[in-house]
Amino acid sequence: MTTASGDSAAKAARRSSIDFKTLGPALALLLLCIIGFLLNPSFVSEGNLTNLLTRSAFIGIIAVGATFVITAGGIDLSVGSMAAAIAGVMIIVMNSAVETFGAGVPTVLLGCGVAIILGIGAGWINGALTTKGKIEAFIVTLGTMGIYRSLVTYFADGGTLSLDFNIRGTYRPVYYETFLGLPFPVWVFIAVAICGWLLLNRTAFGRYCTAIGSNEAVAKYSAINVDRVKTLTYIIQGLCVSFATIIYVPRLGSASASTGVLWELEAIAAVIIGGTVLKGGYGRVGGTILGALILTTIGNILNFTDMISNYLNGTMQGLIIIVAVLLQRSDWKLGKSGKA
Amino acid sequence: MLMRNALGVLAVAGTLAFAGSAAAQDKIKIGVSYPTPTHAWAAGMNWHAEQAEKRLEELYPDVDLILVNSPDPGAQASALEDLVSVHQIDALVVLPFESEPLTDPVMNVKESGAWITVVDRGLSQPGIEDLYVAGNNPELGRVSAKYMKSRLKEGDNIVILRGIPTVIDNERFDAFMEEIEGSGINVLDHKHANWNRDDGFEVMQDFLSRFPDIDAVWAQDDDIAVGVVAALKQAGRDGDGMFVVGGAGMKEIIKGIMDGDELIPVDVLYPPAMIATAMDATVAAFKSNGPVAGRYILGATLITRENAESYYFPDSPF
Repeated sequence: MTTASGDSAAKAARRSSIDFKTLGPALALLLLCIIGFLLNPSFVSEGNLTNLLTRSAFIGIIAVGATFVITAGGIDLSVGSMAAAIAGVMIIVMNSAVETFGAGVPTVLLGCGVAIILGIGAGWINGALTTKGKIEAFIVTLGTMGIYRSLVTYFADGGTLSLDFNIRGTYRPVYYETFLGLPFPVWVFIAVAICGWLLLNRTAFGRYCTAIGSNEAVAKYSAINVDRVKTLTYIIQGLCVSFATIIYVPRLGSASASTGVLWELEAIAAVIIGGTVLKGGYGRVGGTILGALILTTIGNILNFTDMISNYLNGTMQGLIIIVAVLLQRSDWKLGKSGKA
Repeated sequence: MLMRNALGVLAVAGTLAFAGSAAAQDKIKIGVSYPTPTHAWAAGMNWHAEQAEKRLEELYPDVDLILVNSPDPGAQASALEDLVSVHQIDALVVLPFESEPLTDPVMNVKESGAWITVVDRGLSQPGIEDLYVAGNNPELGRVSAKYMKSRLKEGDNIVILRGIPTVIDNERFDAFMEEIEGSGINVLDHKHANWNRDDGFEVMQDFLSRFPDIDAVWAQDDDIAVGVVAALKQAGRDGDGMFVVGGAGMKEIIKGIMDGDELIPVDVLYPPAMIATAMDATVAAFKSNGPVAGRYILGATLITRENAESYYFPDSPF
């Protein structure tokens, strides 16, 4: 049933205007930028655009991972807490490594290595519990969300973990320095996006994800190793969280229980705004990236105007998200034939 | 057989309970209930509560302080019930998670005959507590505004980063705006930065892009101020005489003030140590020969380089 409606919707879109569906999020983003420019011309200043792109990198990188999980019919609610916990452990490890390795590059590399191992490990736990443990992904990741969040609170003794001041000097450029005019986080974002796009659209693994998300039983009969592919999507998600954390830590050099709160919802929102189907079976990495940019731009624009009451920020964000998704529903006009 | 065993168990349990209550009567039992520390300020409060427990129990061997923290209002209500039924407390020091849902549970503790001290957030009905200990939110806003006026002149521009939309935030903000009115200082805009570093960083980045001329920032809170300073340094605007006023009394900020930091030259006190003040005063209600009941409102002291040392607790997590 999922397959039927998903396929026919996709077909209907292809028949009518494939471009509108693909361009929906891009149009929404363009519209937002025009509004931003009209509110204040310095919206398009180089500084502001750089800030915007750099800020989008965190949610964007995590959302690329979430695209795989959601395309394969899963969900991961633990990413925000996971980022906070990984950031916390990274800081602890680097602080304690100062005595042995000094405050130079090796310590930073050690911290990054730890982050990557933890991300892969955490993703594998989510994946294995979902596939081998046969527990709903929603429940597994709801559980790990609570576990990781309380772990970082415990590590920080309820307060804030701060990176040793000397390491901060070495590590700081990873967030603040630029290469060919673009900050490093943006380059990481671009690299992750390209890899994600290739993996989803140009490999057998990507096709398996889509197949499993459309119909898991059929995928299983087609000799796809469903458990392995699904576990791998969670590992990719974990890896993306580590990359995001590696570029997040040098920004303020600290982690606390308020780090990464609600990132999971922002990542899922970015994925859905980008056109990926929440039920699985259809995924778009390019759309996800636009989705992440849209979310960050909304926040940025709200900071650029004092016309809307502070208390209504959430309302504006919600409205824009809903309108952005409406914009790309080209099939709801021809509706009936597509819905079958 | 079974019957006799059951009776035996009951008898033993009865004796134990009796022994327990007899021992309890020797000591003054004071329950201290507050939210689980999940952010820096609350972690500081937890630390100060533990310090006060150690200090007071050493000073008065017949005083027993029982610290309990709870992750949400419901759990705190249950914790209060346990303090009465299990520990049979003589007094309660409570920092309510939220005013409304905790009013009834605290009233029930009151009905058991215990002395009640309420800290920081008031209850929604007057007259339940014997003693109220709190920081001063409007005063925090006023003191910050007075400092702004002392440093700035007519026509200077400031931006404000507010906390989470709550009563506390409104009290601080309204008092600040009232005090700054008529001084000729322009408030360019105010946005919520939710009392955390990440939001402080992002909101300040946007303010810096939007306003080319800012003379000072009221960050209202030290965590926000940390984010603001990072944004200033990134934009390279930390050297042009702008200053930031936070609030609360975070140890890193106090240390900076002691060392003569020009970016954050002062702080306005809203101390997590107020729980210790409340515990002291509650013990005094049993031990002092003077009256204790009433309201104890702490000053929102301006911390400057001269007095910073007396507010510096390097071992506290906040």
